[in-house]
Amino acid sequence: MREKELEKLKEYKYGFSTDIESIKAPKGLNEKVIKFISNIKKEPKWLLEWRLKAYERLKVLKEPDWQKPKYPKINYQDLYYYSAPKSFKEKPKSLEDLDPKLLETYKKLGIPLQEQKRLNNIAVDAVFDSVSVATTFKEKLTEKGIIFCSIGEAVQKHPNLVKKYLGSVIPINDHYFATLNSAVFTDGSFVYIPEGVKCPMELSTYFRINASDTGQFERTLIIADKGSYVSYLEGCTAPMRDENQLHAANVELIALDDAEIKYSTVQNWYPGDKDGKGGIYNFVTKRGLCKGKNSKISWTQVETGSAITWKYPSCILKGDNSSGEFYSIAITNNYQKADTGTKMIHLGKNTKSKIISKGISAGFADNTYRGLVDINRNADNSRNYTQCDSLLIGNKCGAHTIPYIKNKNSLTNLEHEATTSKISDEQLFYCNQRGLNQEEAVSLIVNGFCKEVLQQLPMEFAVEAQKLVGISLEGSVG
Amino acid sequence: MTNQIKNDFDKIVKKLKLPKKNINLRKKNLDKFINLGFPNRREEDWKFSDLNKIISSNIKDLKYFNKELFNEKKKSIIPKDVLPHKLFEHNKIVITNGIVDIIDFKYEDLKKIDIINTAENQSSNTKQSLIYLNSAFNTNYLKIVIKKNYSLNKSVIIYNFTDEKINSTNINQRLDIILEENSRLNLINFFTDYSSNNFININHEFKVEKDSILKNYIIDSKENSNIKYFNNNIDLNQNSLVENFILSTGSKFIKNEIICNLKEKYSSAFISGIINLKSNQQHEIKTNVNHLTENTKSYQLIKSILNENSKGVYQGKIFVDSKAQKTNGYQLSKAILLTENAEFDAKPELEIYADDVKCSHGSTSGCLDENSIFYLMSRGIKRKDAEKLLINGFIMDAVEKITDLEIKKLIKEIMGIIE
Repeated sequence: MREKELEKLKEYKYGFSTDIESIKAPKGLNEKVIKFISNIKKEPKWLLEWRLKAYERLKVLKEPDWQKPKYPKINYQDLYYYSAPKSFKEKPKSLEDLDPKLLETYKKLGIPLQEQKRLNNIAVDAVFDSVSVATTFKEKLTEKGIIFCSIGEAVQKHPNLVKKYLGSVIPINDHYFATLNSAVFTDGSFVYIPEGVKCPMELSTYFRINASDTGQFERTLIIADKGSYVSYLEGCTAPMRDENQLHAANVELIALDDAEIKYSTVQNWYPGDKDGKGGIYNFVTKRGLCKGKNSKISWTQVETGSAITWKYPSCILKGDNSSGEFYSIAITNNYQKADTGTKMIHLGKNTKSKIISKGISAGFADNTYRGLVDINRNADNSRNYTQCDSLLIGNKCGAHTIPYIKNKNSLTNLEHEATTSKISDEQLFYCNQRGLNQEEAVSLIVNGFCKEVLQQLPMEFAVEAQKLVGISLEGSVG
Repeated sequence: MTNQIKNDFDKIVKKLKLPKKNINLRKKNLDKFINLGFPNRREEDWKFSDLNKIISSNIKDLKYFNKELFNEKKKSIIPKDVLPHKLFEHNKIVITNGIVDIIDFKYEDLKKIDIINTAENQSSNTKQSLIYLNSAFNTNYLKIVIKKNYSLNKSVIIYNFTDEKINSTNINQRLDIILEENSRLNLINFFTDYSSNNFININHEFKVEKDSILKNYIIDSKENSNIKYFNNNIDLNQNSLVENFILSTGSKFIKNEIICNLKEKYSSAFISGIINLKSNQQHEIKTNVNHLTENTKSYQLIKSILNENSKGVYQGKIFVDSKAQKTNGYQLSKAILLTENAEFDAKPELEIYADDVKCSHGSTSGCLDENSIFYLMSRGIKRKDAEKLLINGFIMDAVEKITDLEIKKLIKEIMGIIE
C-alpha cells in the first residue's frame, strides 16, 4: 500500500495532503453560506450585498458549454465553499503563532515563509484553501507605500481602494464561473503600487488546495498607479485526490497611465492520474485593463497541471498607446485537457498586442488554443501579431487552433499564423547520437520549442518552469 | 410563421404532384426545420453572420410559395445582358427561379452522361436547418452522373436566373453530381438575379470517385438585393482532385460553404476565393476540409477587399483525423479594408488529431501599404490608379490559382482586370 502511494508521489511530488483540522462552511451554495463567508471574514455590508447580488444573477445564469473539453456536471451543492485551518479563527499575528503543520507544508512545497531564510528577493503571499496564511516582506514593501496583503485584509484596511476597483474589470454580471467567484470568493492577494513606484522585488502568491470536496475561489486584485511597475508571480499545487476539484479564481489587473504589470503563472495543479482519474478543474477568469495612456500588461503562463485548464487571460487596451502581451505554454499529457488562449480587445488608438502561444500535447491529451483579437472602430493604427504553434507527441492526442479575428478599423495591421508539427526523427536522432537518451532529447527539444515564452519568465521561475516542462512529459515517448 | 410555412408547404406539394413517399420525406424535413428555425449567432457556425436577423431585417413576410415560380409561360432564353463577355463554347443548364428550363449538352456524348430531372427529391446527409428547409421545399431535383472514363469536351455552365416578378420568396435548389471513376468535369455556376429581397438556398452535393477531377467555379457578380446560402458538399475518393473558386461580389448577403471530405488517400482539395464588396454588403466564405485518411492534401487561399460599410467573413477549418498521417494542409486569408466602416472577421481553425502532419494557417487584415502607393505615385501614377493597381495585384494571387485558362480569362474580364 505504502509503496503504491510512494509510486504515485513520484509522478506528482506535490500530491501529499496535510492533515490539519479545518473549519468549513456548511456544504452547498446558498445565501446562508455566502453570509457565513462574509461574516467569518468580518466584511462590511456593501461587500455582502455585492456578493448577494452576484448570487442572484448566478441563479439565472447557465453554465457555458461551448468549450472543447467536456466534463461531467459539477454538483455545486456538494462542495464546501469555505475551508480554513482551525488555528485561523483568529488570524495569527506572526509566523510564530502559525500552526507548525502549515509551515511544514510550505517547506515541503519549497515555499519558505521565514524571511530570514530566504535568499532570493521575492515577497510571498501564501493561500491555503480559503485563507491567506502569511505574507512575507511586508515592512520592506510598506516603506515604499506598496500594499501587498490578502484581499480579506485589504477589505478591512483599504476599503476605498477595494470598493473602487473590485469588479471594475470582471463585473459581477460576467460569465458563470466569474459570477460564482464574485458570490463566494474567499481569499487572494491584493496589490497596490503607488504613483511612480517601481516595486523592488517580485511579488508572489502561492495557492494550495488541501481539503477535499472544496472549491478554491480566490480573487486577486492588482492596481498599478501612474508610472509604476510590478512583476507578480503565481504558483499552484494540490494534493492527489480521486475526485475532481474545482478552482474558479478571478484575477483583475488595472494599469493606469504609464504603468506596467507583468503577471506570470506557473500552474501545476494535480493533473489526475495516468488514467485521467481526479485532478483539478482550473476554470479561471483573468482580465487586465490598460486603463491609462501608455500602460502595459503582460501575461505569461506555463500551464502544466490540472485535469482541465480552461482560461483566457485577457487585455482590454483602453488607453491610447497601451499594449498587451500574452505568452503561453500549455502542456497536456495523459488525459489532461486544455482550452486556453487570450482576448485582446483594442479600444484605444495606437494600441499594440502580441500573442505567442505554444501548445504541447502528448498521450491522450487535447490541447486547444482559442483566442480573440478584436479591433474596435476607434482603435486607429493598432497592431496585433499572433503566433500559435502546436507540437504533437504520439497520435492519440489532439492539437487545435481556434482564433477569432475581428477587424473594424482600416488603419490597423493584423497578422496571425499557426503551425502544427511533431518532433522529427532527425532531431531525435541528432540528440541521441550525442549521448542524450530519448527522454532528455524530447525535453531538450520541447524546451527549445518553448524558449520564446520561457524567456519572458522571471529568472527564479524560468528555472522551475524548465524543469516542469521536462517532468510533465515524462513517459510520453518510447 | 409556422402556420404560413405549413400552408405554403401544402401548396408546393400539391403543385408538384408528388407521390406519397416523397411527401413524407419532405414533411420530416419540414418538421426538423420548423424545430430549428433559421440559424442565428448563438450557433458557432453563424457567429459572425446572424442569418435569422439578416432575413428578418431585409425580407418582409418571407413566402415559401410563390406561383410565379411555376409560371410556365416565361420559359426563358438567356437574356442578352447576362454575359457581356465573349464566351467560349460550352454546355449549358439554365435554371430559372429554381426550376430547370434547359439542359443542353450538345458537345458531349450523351451515352456517357445520365441526367435525372424530377420533382421528387432525395434526402441529404447534411444535418443542418437550411438543408432541411431545402429538402422540404425544393421544386426541382437534378442529378448528373458522368460515366466511367469520360471527360467532358467542354465546360458546363449553369445559369441561375431569378426574374423581377419574384420577391420576398424562398427559393430552394438542389443538384447532385457524381463523377464516376476517371472522369472529368468543369462546372461553372453563374448567378444572375433580376429579382429582389429573396432568400435563395442552394445545395450541391458531389461525389468524386477514384482518379476523377472536378473543377467547380462559383461566380456571383451581378449586384442584387437577395440573400443567399450556397452549400457545396464534396466527397473525394482515392487520387481524386477538386478545385474550387469563388467570386463573391454581387448579392446583398451570401454565405458560400464548401465542405470537402478527403475520404481516401492521395485525394486533394483546393479552394480559392475572392470577396469584393461595397455599400452594405456582407459576404462569408466558410470552408470545412476534413482529412479523414492518410496522404491527403488541401490548400486554401481567400482574398478580401472591403469598401464602404461592407463586412467580409472567412471561417475556415482544417480537420485532421487521427488516421490521417502525412496530411498536408494550408490555409491563408488576407483582407484589405479600404474604408473606416468596413469590417473583416476571420476564424481560421485547425483541429488536429494526428502527429505526422504539416498544417499551418495564416490570416492578415489591414490597409493598403502607403509605401507601395508612394512608390507608384513617385513614378507619375495617380493615387487612384496606384490603389487600383495594388488591389488588382492583391486579387490576382487568388485568380492565378485557377487552372482552367478559359475560365481564368473570363473571371479576369468580369473583374475588369486588364493585363
